[in-house]
Amino acid sequence: MKRIYIKEEYCMGCRICEIRCLVQHSKTKNIIKAYKGEYPKPEPKMLVEEKGHLSFALQCRHCEDAPCLEACITGAMRRDKRTGAVLCDEEKCVGCWMCIMVCPFGVISRTKEGRKVASKCDLCNGEDEPVCVKNCPNGAIVCRDE
Amino acid sequence: MAKRPVLQDFVVERDESRCVACQACVRMCSNDVHSYDPETNKVESDSAKCVGCHFCESFCPTKAINIKRSASQFRENANWQYRDIANLVKQAETGGVLLTGMGCDRPYPVYWDHILLNASQVTNPSIDPLREPMELRTYIGRRPDRIQWTVDSGQWTANKKQSSSIQHPASSIQSLLKLEIPIMFSAMSYGSISYNTCVSLARAAREIGTFWNTGEGGLHPDLYEFGKNTIVQVASGRFGVHKDYLETASAIEIKIGQGAKPGIGGHLPGEKVTGDISRTRMIPEGTDALSPAPHHDIYSIEDLKQLIFALKEATRYSKPVGVKIAAVHNVAPIASGVVRAGADYVAIDGLRGGTGAAPLTIRDNVGIPIELAIAAVDTRLREEGIRNQASLIAAGGFRNSADVIKAIALGADTVYIATSALVALGCNLCQKCYTGKCNWGIATQDPYLTKRLNPEIGTQRLVNLLRAWSLEIKEMLGGMGINAIESLRGNREHLRGVGLSDTELRILGIKAAGESW
Amino acid sequence: MEKLVADKDYRVASGCAVVGIMNQDGKKIDGSAVISSISVMRERSNGLGGGFAAYGIYPEYAGLYAFHVMYKTEQAKGCAENYLNKEYTIEKTEPIPTRKIMGIDSKPMLWRYFLCPRGGNSNEEDYVARTVMHINSGINDAFVFSSGKNMGIFKGVGFPEDIGHFYRLDEYSAYTWIAHGRFPTNSVGWWGGAHPFGLLDWSVVHNGEISSYGINRSYLLNFGYRCALSTDTEVIAYLFDLLSRKHGLSFEVVAKILAAPFWSDIERMPPEEKDFFTSLRIIYGSALLNGPFSVIVGNSGHMVGLNDRIKLRPLVAATSGETLYLASEEAAIRDICPGPDRVWMPRAGEPVIGKLNDRRASSVVSRT
Repeated sequence: MKRIYIKEEYCMGCRICEIRCLVQHSKTKNIIKAYKGEYPKPEPKMLVEEKGHLSFALQCRHCEDAPCLEACITGAMRRDKRTGAVLCDEEKCVGCWMCIMVCPFGVISRTKEGRKVASKCDLCNGEDEPVCVKNCPNGAIVCRDE
Repeated sequence: MAKRPVLQDFVVERDESRCVACQACVRMCSNDVHSYDPETNKVESDSAKCVGCHFCESFCPTKAINIKRSASQFRENANWQYRDIANLVKQAETGGVLLTGMGCDRPYPVYWDHILLNASQVTNPSIDPLREPMELRTYIGRRPDRIQWTVDSGQWTANKKQSSSIQHPASSIQSLLKLEIPIMFSAMSYGSISYNTCVSLARAAREIGTFWNTGEGGLHPDLYEFGKNTIVQVASGRFGVHKDYLETASAIEIKIGQGAKPGIGGHLPGEKVTGDISRTRMIPEGTDALSPAPHHDIYSIEDLKQLIFALKEATRYSKPVGVKIAAVHNVAPIASGVVRAGADYVAIDGLRGGTGAAPLTIRDNVGIPIELAIAAVDTRLREEGIRNQASLIAAGGFRNSADVIKAIALGADTVYIATSALVALGCNLCQKCYTGKCNWGIATQDPYLTKRLNPEIGTQRLVNLLRAWSLEIKEMLGGMGINAIESLRGNREHLRGVGLSDTELRILGIKAAGESW
Repeated sequence: MEKLVADKDYRVASGCAVVGIMNQDGKKIDGSAVISSISVMRERSNGLGGGFAAYGIYPEYAGLYAFHVMYKTEQAKGCAENYLNKEYTIEKTEPIPTRKIMGIDSKPMLWRYFLCPRGGNSNEEDYVARTVMHINSGINDAFVFSSGKNMGIFKGVGFPEDIGHFYRLDEYSAYTWIAHGRFPTNSVGWWGGAHPFGLLDWSVVHNGEISSYGINRSYLLNFGYRCALSTDTEVIAYLFDLLSRKHGLSFEVVAKILAAPFWSDIERMPPEEKDFFTSLRIIYGSALLNGPFSVIVGNSGHMVGLNDRIKLRPLVAATSGETLYLASEEAAIRDICPGPDRVWMPRAGEPVIGKLNDRRASSVVSRT
């Protein structure tokens, strides 16, 4: 499957990936409306880790042996058979946060506003290339087949 | 008097209706222009700190930022322009020499814009480079006046002994630098530019089949693999010069002068001399790397000859040794002396050549434009019958392929580009290289900033630039009915001047537009 | 001669007709054949220049340089003769015989001298060449247009066949005849600007426009050649003189310098050959003739035909027995040699070389 790889040596910490991720997961997909007009406020499904001059974007790794799949009590966490991505069915999620507890990368979070469900990277379901990859100004996030 | 407020060169305009306070600009500006106020959820900008590099503007996701030149705050007049007053104020406050970066930006005539190229009509067919071969290959270095040859039973063989007709023992013809296009990357030292910039230049040179130049900062160990495409410099500070350095390179360049600052040496402030740079330059960390103004073993032309031959001896005559000089008033006889001293090429850097740091007054007032220097030197060398003995490399502010082809028609064998290469890498000519805060990750050693230049992207952009220029050069050559660049080299018949005085035309050796052959 | 200055100072692009006939056994024929041949291509010239070179025409003065000189004024003639008298022993001075022809007017004074340099000269040919350059660039209104031994150049403003009759070429016999009809693209006509161009025993006729003219001229300056005219032929003649006479290169090699093979072809050569051609292009890049041309170059022992590197101008070659023919058009050859043994179109950059008293004409085997 296609995976997202990080070249932290070229990450400039601008967080444009986060911004684009937020817009992608908003209702309008329009950056100005997404920030200024939508409620609940859309949230990015990824984050940029930073310490000193080191920074890198971090998204769900879509682990082959994904602990979140094991831990999910409702079956909301599932693997998409076609793409291999690990996705969260927000209809089934009850907000028990077991997935957050077991995730070794800390890339699942709880929504801050609106329904309490687990929020995670969905590889921009349906897009050719995740928006964080497409919009990184410095080629620090790449998407390629294993 | 009261303390004057900090002068403001630029105004950061923020379209509040578009700004979403994403803070990308806050995170990106190395000059701390932007700041976020969580109470109002707004981003503020302090225009006084802005250097006009346009980095934030380029990457703002909503295009909410617009950097503009600040409207004049002074009552200007024809004699006292804003910049005069602003510079004077700075000096009154600091008592120091004004520093700047990049090349001279004063409105001296740019002769390229007064020279026009020829094309074929009727009497001579133009050649279509998409259908016919079009050759840009160029060799740099000393060549004999004539070939020693034998033809045995129909076999062409060149006699390897060629030294008889040459004044000095020369490196063999096989050691000449082979360029697939007549453009090389000019000297920029590791230290003045970042490691990633060096990597981008080296990789692009290898991919295109040309050369990059280390400048006076030595060669980082990781870059030894690019030796076949590397020219190394020996400058007055001798930074980073050692056996392997000389042996790895394809050519050695003695740097006498630089177009942006003729008559003074390079200065790298101690803050930029960090770990790798101190090791590469072979100087202690944190010490200022100050190149002396002259080489203290070259006070005269015969001393230069000794250094040229010392370097040739050290490398067993296996590679060209060239000399780079700044274009100054006496450039023609100096170049002639340099050739006679045994240099395999002379690189001439004109008034508009760039720099990482130079005193403003020197950058803007010393030297002559490269166009006049090329013409004067080429003419002089031909008059003396020594033009074959060395190649002529022109440097200093080449902006596009037309500048390049005009330089070649004036008599340059090839050109060096550096500012253009940096612009391809993102540079916006903010002229603040000396601060080490380059937002584009080019002229900086700050680890926050250097990673902004991804050498994979950088290489591709440089390759694209050179490829684009070479395609344009081929089109222009074909239009003139020429299919090999050597037939345009020094062929001033294909140039005409517009708006130039008789004296300028005479020095350039070209006719006025409207004059036929 | 009214327009002398104009034609001297400006380069004139021209389309042209060229013919070359060489009997490699040295058997001589009179000038009527070559006149007939060049007249076939009348539409390739426009009456503004024609000329001939003939080799072997002065056997009785074979050891002396034959100077053909045109003068505009008596003063120029006096000046030039004074100069020649100082430096040379002149065996014979006479006007060049001509006949009156309709359409040939405003002719200059045409004189010829058979002479040899006084005193011992280490390099007689260089000395003579310098004399020619001195007169042509230093003495106003005097122009030496032929300066070889046992050969002569005859040229002027007019159609070539008229020029041939004017100079009574039917009364000369030569083993090599080279002819030229000119179609200059400006209307200035000057007798000295017609082809062939000659220096020593070199003669050059050419059809084309040398786009590399500027650099070729500068390159020659490097070796002390001062181009007095502004013509492509002058540059070609000097290049042949430099490469062949001074650098001792064979015509095959000279051809590979003037119409160099492409780098892409050189890359595919066997190593030694690749080495040779690479060196050749590196050293002689400035001598490369770029732009369209077909050229015929003669000297006492040779006649060489050469096209530019992508063959942008016509040149046809033919052999019949020991006679080699070169012409812009096949018709011009068939006119005087209806049944040649072989007729071919030389390929771009491939020289056709005729040699006196030597093996038969052959073009270099194609190496591409």
